[in-house]
Amino acid sequence: MQTKVENNKAWFLVLPVFLIVAFSAIIPLMTVVNYSVQDIFDPYTRYFVGTEWFKQVMLDSRLQEALLRQFIYSFTIIIIEVPLGICVALMMPTKGRGASLALILVAIPLLIPWNVVGTIWQIFGRADIGLFGAFMSSIGVDYNYASDPTDAWLTVVLMDVWHWTPLVALLCYSGLRAIPEVYYQAARIDQASRWAVFRYIQLPKLTNVLIIGVLLRFMDSFMIYTEPFVLTGGGPGSSTTFLSQALVQQAIGQFDLGPAAAFSLVYFLIILLVCWVFYTTIMNMQKDK
Amino acid sequence: MAWMSWTLPTALFFIGIAVILVGMTTWQLVSPCVERRGFLPLATTRGDRLFIGLLSSAFIHLAFVALTDVNIAVATVLCAFWMIILMRWG
Repeated sequence: MQTKVENNKAWFLVLPVFLIVAFSAIIPLMTVVNYSVQDIFDPYTRYFVGTEWFKQVMLDSRLQEALLRQFIYSFTIIIIEVPLGICVALMMPTKGRGASLALILVAIPLLIPWNVVGTIWQIFGRADIGLFGAFMSSIGVDYNYASDPTDAWLTVVLMDVWHWTPLVALLCYSGLRAIPEVYYQAARIDQASRWAVFRYIQLPKLTNVLIIGVLLRFMDSFMIYTEPFVLTGGGPGSSTTFLSQALVQQAIGQFDLGPAAAFSLVYFLIILLVCWVFYTTIMNMQKDK
Repeated sequence: MAWMSWTLPTALFFIGIAVILVGMTTWQLVSPCVERRGFLPLATTRGDRLFIGLLSSAFIHLAFVALTDVNIAVATVLCAFWMIILMRWG
């Protein structure tokens, strides 16, 4: 017998969130759409230009390069952070004080504000006063992130790996702790190797947390701004100028509101598409299970 | 509202989106949809197909603007047909 009464009163509980999102996201987004079809000189002087800005930004080689750079960056850090995060999680102690200590130590980089992370690495990478820079010099590597694009990329990637691998590690750690002991007992009875335990027990059980980890890291890295801005300022040249920084340069640096708005919308659509692909994949995987 | 720099085309665009959302909500209340599988490689609800349709239409418009000099209205008409096909057989 069905005793549950269905009603839609719960929607009223969502109303405050909807209002907050409306003011913080929907109305600004509508304004950006309005800006994207106009040439704006000042608040009172603006001209309708149709789709001109969209054509301009999509054919702009600087933005295409920034988009390519952004994808390379996001995929690079995911390729490094996910396996590394799994390894760290596997090596972390599971019981006793060591477990608590390891959790605190691993979580520390996550607590540091983004601009501080940029500053830390800015100093850390300097050959004269930074440990990393001095170390590179001592082993005979001519390392200078301020003048060499490869070094700048290396430093930006290392900084992200240092800052965000703990997130993947903590997610994996929680996933590993959720695996019931009986699986390991069965593996011991079968005399399974360490690799077999990882491949056939731990990794399949980590699938969901890994998808969440990849999704979070992709979204976050795709919108990265503060850390590279503080560390390299997008340079040398424009070698570490990612999408958000290119957008800020256009919108605030040059005050080209129309093209910047069109660019924001293209950027938004790309993020929306990637989010949807990830979301659909996650939902379908859960359904298959 | 002046600070939002409204124009007639963008106002019509948002009115269109709002009408679609209200229409879809009403449709859902009148006849709740069941998830099904069409030519898309995944099971979808009516709302899913609408989202896929709107997102793909946005990219079709962008492709028209970036790659051709054809009037944008052509892309809009094509997208309207694409939406109908997607909602019916997707």
